[in-house]
Amino acid sequence: MSSQVSVNQGYNSQLPGSYPHLIPAKTLNPVSGQSNYGGSQTVSPLSNYQGPGQTLYRPPAASNPVTSSLPSVPVPRMPLPASQNPAATPMPSGSFLPGANVQPPLNWQYNYPSTGSQINHCPRSSSQPTISGNTNLTSHQYVSSGDPPLQNNLTKSGIASNTNNGSMVVHNSYDEIEGGGFLATPQYANKNPTMSRSVGYSYPSLPPGYQNTAPPSTTGMPPSSLNYSSGPQGFTQTPLGANHLTASMSGLSLHPEGLRVINLLQERNMLPSTPLQPPVPNLHEDIQKLNCNPELFRCTLTSIPQTQALLNKAKLPLGLLLHPFKDLVQLPVVTSSTIVRCRSCRTYINPFVNFLDQRRWKCNLCYRVNDVPEEFMYNPLTRVYGEPHRRPEVQNATIEFMAPSEYMLRPPQPPVYLFVFDVSHNAVETGYLNSVCQSLLDNLDLLPGNTRTKIGFITFDSTIHFYSLQEGLSQPQMLIVSDIEDVFIPMPENLLVNLNESKELVQDLLKTLPQMFTKTLETQSALGPALQAAFKLMSPTGGRMSVFQTQLPTLGVGALRPREEPNQRSSAKEIHLTPSTDFYKKLALDCSGQQVAVDLFLLSGQYSDLASLGCISRYSAGSVYYYPSYHHQQNPVQVQKLQKELQRYLTRKIGFEAVMRIRCTKGLSIHTFHGNFFVRSTDLLSLPNVNPDAGYAVQMSVEESLTDTQLVSFQSALLYTSSKGERRIRVHTLCLPVVSTLNEVFLGADVQAISGLLANMAVDRSVTASLSDARDALVNAVIDSLSAYHSSVLSSQQPGLMVPFSLRLFPLFVLALLKQKSFQTGTNARLDERIFAMCQVKNQPLVYLMLTTHPTLYRVDNLSDEGALNINDRTIPQPPILQLSVEKLSRDGAFLMDAGSVLMLWVGKNCGQNFLSQVLGVQNYALIPQTMTDLPELDTPESARIIAFISWLREQRPFFPILYVIRDDSPMKANFLQNMVEDRTESALSYYEFLLHIQQQVNK
Amino acid sequence: MAFTFAAFCYMLSLVLCAALIFFAIWHIIAFDELRTDFKSPIDQCNPVHARERLRNIERICFLLRKLVLPEYCIHSLFCIMFLCAQEWLTLGLNVPLLFYHFWRYFHCPADSSELAYDPPAVMNADTLSYCQKEAWCKLAFYLLSFFYYLYCMIYTLVSS
Repeated sequence: MSSQVSVNQGYNSQLPGSYPHLIPAKTLNPVSGQSNYGGSQTVSPLSNYQGPGQTLYRPPAASNPVTSSLPSVPVPRMPLPASQNPAATPMPSGSFLPGANVQPPLNWQYNYPSTGSQINHCPRSSSQPTISGNTNLTSHQYVSSGDPPLQNNLTKSGIASNTNNGSMVVHNSYDEIEGGGFLATPQYANKNPTMSRSVGYSYPSLPPGYQNTAPPSTTGMPPSSLNYSSGPQGFTQTPLGANHLTASMSGLSLHPEGLRVINLLQERNMLPSTPLQPPVPNLHEDIQKLNCNPELFRCTLTSIPQTQALLNKAKLPLGLLLHPFKDLVQLPVVTSSTIVRCRSCRTYINPFVNFLDQRRWKCNLCYRVNDVPEEFMYNPLTRVYGEPHRRPEVQNATIEFMAPSEYMLRPPQPPVYLFVFDVSHNAVETGYLNSVCQSLLDNLDLLPGNTRTKIGFITFDSTIHFYSLQEGLSQPQMLIVSDIEDVFIPMPENLLVNLNESKELVQDLLKTLPQMFTKTLETQSALGPALQAAFKLMSPTGGRMSVFQTQLPTLGVGALRPREEPNQRSSAKEIHLTPSTDFYKKLALDCSGQQVAVDLFLLSGQYSDLASLGCISRYSAGSVYYYPSYHHQQNPVQVQKLQKELQRYLTRKIGFEAVMRIRCTKGLSIHTFHGNFFVRSTDLLSLPNVNPDAGYAVQMSVEESLTDTQLVSFQSALLYTSSKGERRIRVHTLCLPVVSTLNEVFLGADVQAISGLLANMAVDRSVTASLSDARDALVNAVIDSLSAYHSSVLSSQQPGLMVPFSLRLFPLFVLALLKQKSFQTGTNARLDERIFAMCQVKNQPLVYLMLTTHPTLYRVDNLSDEGALNINDRTIPQPPILQLSVEKLSRDGAFLMDAGSVLMLWVGKNCGQNFLSQVLGVQNYALIPQTMTDLPELDTPESARIIAFISWLREQRPFFPILYVIRDDSPMKANFLQNMVEDRTESALSYYEFLLHIQQQVNK
Repeated sequence: MAFTFAAFCYMLSLVLCAALIFFAIWHIIAFDELRTDFKSPIDQCNPVHARERLRNIERICFLLRKLVLPEYCIHSLFCIMFLCAQEWLTLGLNVPLLFYHFWRYFHCPADSSELAYDPPAVMNADTLSYCQKEAWCKLAFYLLSFFYYLYCMIYTLVSS
């Protein structure tokens, strides 16, 4: 990277001595402030690891063509995009050159002079006199991270960008990548290259991370002036809280709609025809602008009640819903030698702290006054000294830090993937091995990782089979261990092998594996011993274990017995939702301690006791996938589903040895966590693996009165090792107002978040008490909160069911929850499916949970371009959302139901000939195939519209929902109608009846 | 001055009550240890420490589980003894706790009884604070009953 290693040697003595430099103790060879981003081609951390204590100067492996061609020290400049609204501007960073420009080993060991750290400290470089405020010594490096699927091509472009002015290439590739996103504005894309050109060719522009985090306040400032303005912009932090109250008052009066009280019995059509937006906290505009995206971090009450008494009065649950590791298009990444944190509560500095003056900041969680470290005074963005409040850390509620070495005592672990396959007779019958091995073969190169990636395979029936894949073998060697009482690992060093070195052997194995067991007659399954073996194999490193199981384990430890009694399905009592053995739980805890996460793929036709098996994933922070009645011939839809989900599973981003901590302002306390993890100390979640599709929820209480504060903040910090071997910290901060009246609490309620949290609580309740208890609790939640509203807020007694506008969908969502698979009563729920649904409630992010609970229904036979979205030359029609009631359906239409993981297209009997021929490509209704999961791409506008719409829906989520085309006489029709939550079913009330029931209880 | 059965009961319960006090103190210490991780936040995030901490938690939970039955047995023994000795007042004071113990023992949410005090459940702040409060209350109860038994023992020895 850097061709200027020598620069470092002289630097200490010649610093412009105007201010002391804070050099971290461990930085024996301080890498100075830098803003390079073109990068060393990822250097293997193993080969470079020197141990933190060594002083070692050596030229880095790859030299950077940029710097070498520019002997004058490059001055990073900031080509400011013209439009600076951080929300609307497409931030280039996110998806950028994740591999190429990050130097994991370098930052980690601190003994690398490298990385083009030319600018600041080079005393002999005469070419930078223009810069006044940038001579300090911090090593800030703004790099970016990105979507795993994009990584590969991005890496290429990143490396290519070294050869010329980086920003241009970066932006070009950015256009390519971001073209698909609707954030992209063409204006910006064109603007940037020209700007960087005007700044001067010899200066590589700042990395995307900088641009990303450009302070909005500098909008329109000519780029050149930035270099000279050293601080006179003064101190203009948004006054937090000062005029917040007045703002909130005006905010209230601005939205008369939100203040409305609604009589649900009269106004029945409350479902908005566009997707429901989360409520916006009633904060000052400047603060709200910085607030965390509700998709990542959301609170059930956007106005926090001042006291616990007030919260109890409102009868609404207080809690947070998080999706902390979501794939982000834009994510500012900060590399800094010190991460600024509060000295007493260890909160990371965030946009909602108070700067008392330039040198001191007040923590917004514990109110301690902290000093601003010297290096934080310099803003690498504007290249101005004395603007700590303009730094990206203080301008972004979601930010990622590259952790310095004190955050790790052992080297970051390599990515390790172990696959455990069930190969008993039953498993071979289902034929799943073919699809899984094929998927693995296809995605072997896309597995997130680096040169250290390790992979291994274990298969089991009544014995356990290991596969030696040692480099040099001509073919994989199978080792059979038949002693399942006391499992030992034969030649452990050859079972988990480096993927790069043994790739051919691995491919060989994957090709032969499906055929190896076709003749097997072994019906027993020794899952427990196999898991123990796999755990032993992985415990030295940690990593991810993917277990494929097709039946109830019958042999060895952890053997289970069938507990389901089909006759009892209908009764809500006496069903086995709890594990029958704690073997799996204990093993999961062991796994958690060794940083191993277990993902369970259950492909079983019969009852497999998911309640017990699921514990293995639940406490080791894995995930559960369930494919009931999987069969390669009889159930092609499940095969397709498995393939699509495996594709996502194998290629998605992954974080290893992670921990997550959620902090909140003094006075609030977190008491219960929901999700897949182990709580290691009361506020620390241990997550051996973290994946971007996992959501978490927490419940909170108000411990001390919050009367003397107007704002509260919540911060989640996720520390993880990326698949490239860097230790990173992803921090989200949410800021909310505190209110003192019940009415305001109700006005700020977030009905989706409340329903999501209630669902989580109900799952717990059904496990600890019973299902009927949980159902009652759900209904009572609605009744209690609405009667609280009725008695405390409404002054006059009005007839009907009066609800605040914010809670107008609360009864509907709770009714939908009652009819969801987890909590429904009736004979059609199999126990495993119910438990899987419960696992999903706990593990899914809120958006998808709400979609599965209350699907969205569209009429699609008359799509028009009216009100359509225009994204990247594609026109995406936006049909209105319909209520989930059969009365909205009609026989001469076609309706699409989006239930999160499935899409169902119901075609009415008298559906127009036009739709049949133009969209489905069939001549008449009878010719629609019984199972149709794809729409033909026809050359008609109707077909184009619906295909555009469906693919738009699919793009919005990481998994691939399968489309079912349902005829009036299809077996799937029952599933479709089951989701019609507003209608009456044999065991559940209709929406109107439910409202009447609630009204009766409320008015009692 | 006579050595009645009641006096014997009080003497025995005095000794056993000391054991129960010890159990309660041990519970308090154990829950406190579960609650606080005496490590700096950075150390807490360290995978090596994670293992150690997890072992610790499992060990504490294992011991907690071991202590449940002895404690409940000793307390039930008290009640039986006082019933036999026809010490109605003392029995009356102990019966609420006896019922509470029965409820705790049989109202186990899981299919197998060994899941009481299982690490993932106990580590929940809600459960933990409940358990801690329970332990403090029991400590207070046992301490008071210790002195009550002492008084009763002397009283029975002197009066009869």
